[in-house]
Amino acid sequence: MASLDISSIKRDFPILSRKIRENNRLVYLDSGATSQKPNSVLDAERDFYTQHNAAAHRGAHQLAEEATELYEGAREKVASFIGADVDEVIFTKSATESINAIAYSMGNAQSGSRFHISRGDRIVVSEMEHHANLIPWQELARRTGAELVWFKVTDDGRLDLTNLSELINSRTKIVALTHQSNVLGTINPLEDIVKRTHEVGALFVLDACQSVPHYKVNVKSLDIDFIAFSGHKMLGPTGVGILWGRKELLDEMPPFLTGGSMIETVTMESATYLDAPKRFEAGVPNMAQAVGLGAAVDYLSAIGLDVIHSHETELTRAAISGLRTIAGLTIIGPTDMTLRGGVVSFAIEGIHPHDLGQALDSYGIAVRTGHHCAWPLMRRFKAVATTRASFYLYNDLDDVNALVDGVERARKYFVER
Amino acid sequence: MELDSLYQEVILEHYKRPLHKSLKANPTIQVQHINTSCGDEITLNLHTDGTVIQDITWDGIGCSISQASTSVVSDLVRGKSVGEAMATIDAFQAMIQSKGADTGNEDVLGDGVAFAGVAKFPARVKCALLGWMATKDAISQSQSKNER
Repeated sequence: MASLDISSIKRDFPILSRKIRENNRLVYLDSGATSQKPNSVLDAERDFYTQHNAAAHRGAHQLAEEATELYEGAREKVASFIGADVDEVIFTKSATESINAIAYSMGNAQSGSRFHISRGDRIVVSEMEHHANLIPWQELARRTGAELVWFKVTDDGRLDLTNLSELINSRTKIVALTHQSNVLGTINPLEDIVKRTHEVGALFVLDACQSVPHYKVNVKSLDIDFIAFSGHKMLGPTGVGILWGRKELLDEMPPFLTGGSMIETVTMESATYLDAPKRFEAGVPNMAQAVGLGAAVDYLSAIGLDVIHSHETELTRAAISGLRTIAGLTIIGPTDMTLRGGVVSFAIEGIHPHDLGQALDSYGIAVRTGHHCAWPLMRRFKAVATTRASFYLYNDLDDVNALVDGVERARKYFVER
Repeated sequence: MELDSLYQEVILEHYKRPLHKSLKANPTIQVQHINTSCGDEITLNLHTDGTVIQDITWDGIGCSISQASTSVVSDLVRGKSVGEAMATIDAFQAMIQSKGADTGNEDVLGDGVAFAGVAKFPARVKCALLGWMATKDAISQSQSKNER
């Protein structure tokens, strides 16, 4: 398989050449939180504003026409990136909004609708969910009286599927799971879970924030019902997320945000709504951000997700084996590379992650510390917090070595001082 | 190096050997404070007769800054009058939030002046204040309890 020319990729990302704290090279290992942006994405956004800015789907003028074309063009790019039909792709402001849109739509659905949920129904999540794929379901359960249950996580950071068929039972309306844990790096095996979900007539929602940016995800071959992911973790701008759903579901699903652009007819008393995707895109859309995301998709596609994934696998393997040589360090999550992505969480005896992160920052290394918006998972591993390094296409083995050396240096600073 | 201005020897000393880190029973007031951005938490027991801080004991988990800082405040305000304790806490808070302009008065803050360097790290100000705000909260609650 072709390998990546990292030095040429690094040149595409202006921020990677800046210096951090006392003239250190920036070693950016926090792409799991947000990725950096290549020039082509920045240029696409700027070009939209300098050349084509107007409200899409409105106005009879040339700019409106161009803005519409660019915005809808971005939709086509995203659709083909995930193997979806174009009118199944909805632009939201974030993955968090995408998940909330499904949860609120279900809460709004009348009795008789397949989206209707009430007391006695069941919502299934897992202990490894990001708060964005937990709290919206907690709230939906609270509002409707439905029961929230969850898959446990094993000691080595995998989903415990031993009670799959009891957990997903005939009362289950929705199963919402992450594709890849943002803390553990675990990639969840979906096939049996999706099969069981459909067997009982429930809907399957995939939180793909940590997967779509890093490897090929095809919504049709996964046979799922909904997917949510964010643009800013995949080289795109902030302020744009994606909600994809199967067409026949979207056409039945009640809208969550209502207002302009999503209506068919309006009187003072009532309104009828357009079909998806417009039904779910009330208001003037985030056009420049969508266009930027389209450019990000082009950038990733030109390099190829298979190449990116195998590059990240190599970095992750090196990071895990390097970190494991450090005294008192424990990896939290799987240590083998089977079904595992480029996120590595760890703890060191005697050093709080906040202190470790601070020391690494003083060497120019940016990592994430804290509970990673996955507090229940932290409790599961009896940790207050962890330190997390996450890799992307612009990282190389020098970055991994900087991390391993930096952690060892920090350990000496705090433990042996 | 900049890191050393944050992690003063005295801070690491308090972190490794924290003072009064064992909850004493039957407090006048117990408070629990959490740093929601990182999950650090402190439980703090205050013993007071309404005029003097007789004892402050605590337990908690967190980074060196939050733990050392709680150790310092628990040792510093015990034996002080309520008014003096509140003034000390205010002086510490002013120093920490001064962005480096106020380096603190050692006669007032004791080991607390070691945290002056934290003011230059905005993300760590909350850590340094965790135990102090818990102490302030406990004293305020004990005062309003007295008034009732």
